[in-house]
Amino acid sequence: MSISVKTFASSAEAASALSGDRTARFMGGGTLIMRAVNEGDQSFSTVVLANDPALKQVQPQGDRLIIGAGVTMAQILASRDLDFLHPVARAVGGPAIRNMATIGGNLFAEPPYGDMTAALLVLDCQVMLAGGQSAALADFLRDRAREPRTLVASVSIVRPQSGVFKFRKASRVKPKGVSLMTVAAWVPQSGGRVSGARIAYSSMGPTPMRVPAVEQALEGVALDEAGIANALAAATSGIEPPTDAIASSWYRREVAPVHLKRTLLGG
Amino acid sequence: MSKKPVQFTLNGDSKAVFVEDGQNLLDVLRRGVGDLSPKYGCGQGTCGACTVLIDGEPHLSCLTLAETVEGRSLNSTGGLAQGADLHPLQDAFMRHFAAQCGFCSSGMLMAAKALLDRNPNPSRDEVVEAISGNICRCTGYEPIIEAILDAAQSGAGRRSA
Repeated sequence: MSISVKTFASSAEAASALSGDRTARFMGGGTLIMRAVNEGDQSFSTVVLANDPALKQVQPQGDRLIIGAGVTMAQILASRDLDFLHPVARAVGGPAIRNMATIGGNLFAEPPYGDMTAALLVLDCQVMLAGGQSAALADFLRDRAREPRTLVASVSIVRPQSGVFKFRKASRVKPKGVSLMTVAAWVPQSGGRVSGARIAYSSMGPTPMRVPAVEQALEGVALDEAGIANALAAATSGIEPPTDAIASSWYRREVAPVHLKRTLLGG
Repeated sequence: MSKKPVQFTLNGDSKAVFVEDGQNLLDVLRRGVGDLSPKYGCGQGTCGACTVLIDGEPHLSCLTLAETVEGRSLNSTGGLAQGADLHPLQDAFMRHFAAQCGFCSSGMLMAAKALLDRNPNPSRDEVVEAISGNICRCTGYEPIIEAILDAAQSGAGRRSA
């Protein structure tokens, strides 16, 4: 099947083109769609592009940040406003990939990719669609397989206070490899006790996910070895980690508490 | 299948080609304008053998839609040497035996050039990071890292900046 490419000046026009063509897919940086084109993917025949400058913008809005879906990992690394996301962006691919891969595209990445999405999950991310609707990231991820033609305009995240946001990607190849397991944590403390923790994993299921059992176990505890013991015991509670070329489900279960502990306490 | 005209500069020379819808930049460079220096490794963005510079920044040409380089400036390994004079990076790769089968060398050289153009005196960790998206199955990476550090000391970054 041949591919046709349609380029639009605005994301609204691109979204309209996507909604009217079941065989269309939106392309941001190309790291997912061009890969599929090169593999001869027959599930789509039209590639939609948008040259909308709004897709490349980062804007503060109160205590939140609006990041255009077309912002690349390299742009994040060059932005002082997004310094808390630098460790996350640096964990994505090598320099060439980071010049291409976008934050919007990461929302569609299948495991073992999607490290940035795990971080966004704990940063209270709202996904803004080109049509003006918005959705909580967890809901967006639940529906993404059914809605491959969705055009994301931007993501809205909360800007963390120093020390609240933590991130760790574990991989078998150094310095860069695909994720064995990625952990993102939002652990605000009040009076020396964790209050309102959010924990997310990627590469531990079909999409990046929050881990409610760990979040509950962290509530009201001190962020030290004794305090997080119950959270570590619940590290894979309610989760069925995949077996793939990187690791078995058993192995992921065994190492999950180790990587969760390193994320929370460092080391 | 429709074709679209695309113009860009490659190693300082103007190029004008017709590209097919969905055609990737690597294919256009190799078959369209005859620059065989970027290599087709995986076609999935994993190996880095197809790395070229677009407006000075490393990109994977296999994952770049060809029509999106309209009006942009490209550099490939094919433009590094000036006649018989090798670029300092190429010379360092040769002296340090940084190429064995040679398939990764083109991408490694462009990743290294992007680094030295931006940072003429990189640390070892910065070199490792710069080539972290490029896979070599022969050398074990050490000769490549040594070659890039050596080229930096000899002023490769300052020359190409």
